[in-house]
Amino acid sequence: MTVAAIAFYLFAICVIAGGLFTVISRNPVHSVLWLILAFLSSAGLFVLLGAEFVAMLLIIVYVGAVAVLFLFVVMMLDVDFAELKGSMAQYMPLALLIGVILLMQLGLAFGAWEVSDQAEALRGAVTPADVQNTAALGTILYDQYFLLFQLAGLILLVAMIGAIVLTLRHRKDIKRQNVLEQMWRDPAKSMELKDVKPGQGL
Amino acid sequence: MIQADLNIILPEILLSVYAMVALIGAVYGGKDKLAPMLTWLTAIVFVLLGAWIGMTGAGENLAFDGMFQDDGFSRFAKVTILFSAAAVLIMGQDYMSRRGMLRFEYPVLIALSAVGMMMMVSAGDLMALYMGLELQSLALYVVASLRRDSVKSTEAGMKYFVLGALSSGLLLYGASLVYGFAGTTNFAGIIEAAGEGHIPLGLLFGLTFVTAGLAFKVSAVPFHMWTPDVYEGAPTPITAFFATAPKVAAMGLLARVLHDAFGGAVGDWQQIVALLSVLSMFLGAVAAIGQRNIKRLMAYSSIAHMGYALMGLAAGTAFGVQAMLIYMVIYVTMNVGTFAFILSMERDGQPVTDITSLNMYARREPGRALAMLILLFSLAGVPPLVGFFGKFYVLRAAYEAGLAWLAVLGVVASVVGAFYYLRIVFYMYFGEEGEALDKGRSVVQYVFLMASAAAMLLGVVNLFGIETVAQAASLALVN
Repeated sequence: MTVAAIAFYLFAICVIAGGLFTVISRNPVHSVLWLILAFLSSAGLFVLLGAEFVAMLLIIVYVGAVAVLFLFVVMMLDVDFAELKGSMAQYMPLALLIGVILLMQLGLAFGAWEVSDQAEALRGAVTPADVQNTAALGTILYDQYFLLFQLAGLILLVAMIGAIVLTLRHRKDIKRQNVLEQMWRDPAKSMELKDVKPGQGL
Repeated sequence: MIQADLNIILPEILLSVYAMVALIGAVYGGKDKLAPMLTWLTAIVFVLLGAWIGMTGAGENLAFDGMFQDDGFSRFAKVTILFSAAAVLIMGQDYMSRRGMLRFEYPVLIALSAVGMMMMVSAGDLMALYMGLELQSLALYVVASLRRDSVKSTEAGMKYFVLGALSSGLLLYGASLVYGFAGTTNFAGIIEAAGEGHIPLGLLFGLTFVTAGLAFKVSAVPFHMWTPDVYEGAPTPITAFFATAPKVAAMGLLARVLHDAFGGAVGDWQQIVALLSVLSMFLGAVAAIGQRNIKRLMAYSSIAHMGYALMGLAAGTAFGVQAMLIYMVIYVTMNVGTFAFILSMERDGQPVTDITSLNMYARREPGRALAMLILLFSLAGVPPLVGFFGKFYVLRAAYEAGLAWLAVLGVVASVVGAFYYLRIVFYMYFGEEGEALDKGRSVVQYVFLMASAAAMLLGVVNLFGIETVAQAASLALVN
């Protein structure tokens, strides 16, 4: 067994164990920590595949941002996890059904899956030979898929406008800071200088 | 290279830039005070762009390695989308302003969703398809719940969003299966990889999921559940919008995927589309009978109409696509007129949606009642109105493609469906005396109602020549 194979099995076991304990651990904070382990191990798998940029992205975005956000949500929000767990039994049949369907799909993918003869030749994004994968991803994203990238930007703009339209309320009954009014205020009018004689007070 | 590509997508670029400039201008300008002006301006921009695309566009141009295709079919769909969106914006402006619902974001969101719709009908790649679809849908989710203090409106937006996200999931899953088979997401590549004749099981799964995801957007049965609730909950001008432009876009997109990417396997998707068509026609015809709310009724009516449009598509021929395009144009014209009437239905300044409120409407306002009568007859497909010709085209397409059973079922469903249109006519002309509706006050709505009704009568002569244009468009898609 090579080092790479040992590393693969190690990471793979960690991903599965992390996923399993995320679901079954009693304490939600522990769940998030297990989830982080699963993310880190999948990043390891990506490195083994030679996709180091995606691996780093997974660590920075998922571990660094998403998981930490989860942790905050779990700790800040008052969610009754015991009650949620209680209703788990109720949805168990549905969950099992979805699990079976997923298993069948994996069976389809590995067993009966056919690939077109031309598929190899038609591939759009072939791994380039002498370019690092970071540079290759950049070329695809900003060059080849320029149109899609810009459209994604428009979609995010719509999401932003939507969030503002649906939630922003201009309340009249609160005091607001008016910066210009503050700056234009005349010091001479708002301050009065008093010459206080020693030992007398005002 | 990029210069040439950008030139091809110039209309889309112009519209997006307009939307962004309008947004910035309104935020730093008068905010909601600018909204009526902005609504009109957006409608004018739509009309200008539509006219420009319709007049100057020529030939078939591919941009971005075939991700975007500008051909006769996409131009036909874009002109229909832009004109109908402009009509709906103008006729709803007065309704929204009077109820304090007209926010300056509304025309901006509609403009951005129009960009999404234009991308949809021009998509030449599964990824471009998805991006266009999401851009369109996301804007629609927001406008559906624009009246955010109303429980019904927010419920409509929420339902639309959750079910729309589910349909996007189905679509993406199908797209991933197709990609797994073909190794490419480009339509030209997929059709090459799939070859002629029956397609392998994996690809068939992908095709089915993609069709299901898109059937959701055209609200074909059994993916129609959201339609009545969203139509009822959303403010009426927005319901009018839902019933027109996005339907054309989704139908165009469906035709594009089925013919461009799976054109070699017509036999495989024909049965799916035919089944969707039959179910939609019958559910639309039967379920509307129990409806008293005219907006819910129009929702079921649009489900039934989508069934007929799908029938044209099910034929799988160039003539079928032509029939579908003609049907969609007629459907949109009828709906613009009908919604112009629904927008003017109010009592003491409050909108009314109960159809019994139309009792004896003809005695008080004979002109409007007559126009509505023509539109309803046309919606029902009574000869010799234009609506009949739309149905006639799709039935002929289905018959010529060897789907005689589908055509027969279509006729049966149309007879069943005629009942609820005629019931409204009955209320207007022979109903019991009841509380009167307000006199119509908006000139714009009156003009659209009359123009649409007139089109239903005058179009009988030659359908205003859209027949030849639609034929050219369908030949650009199917070859």
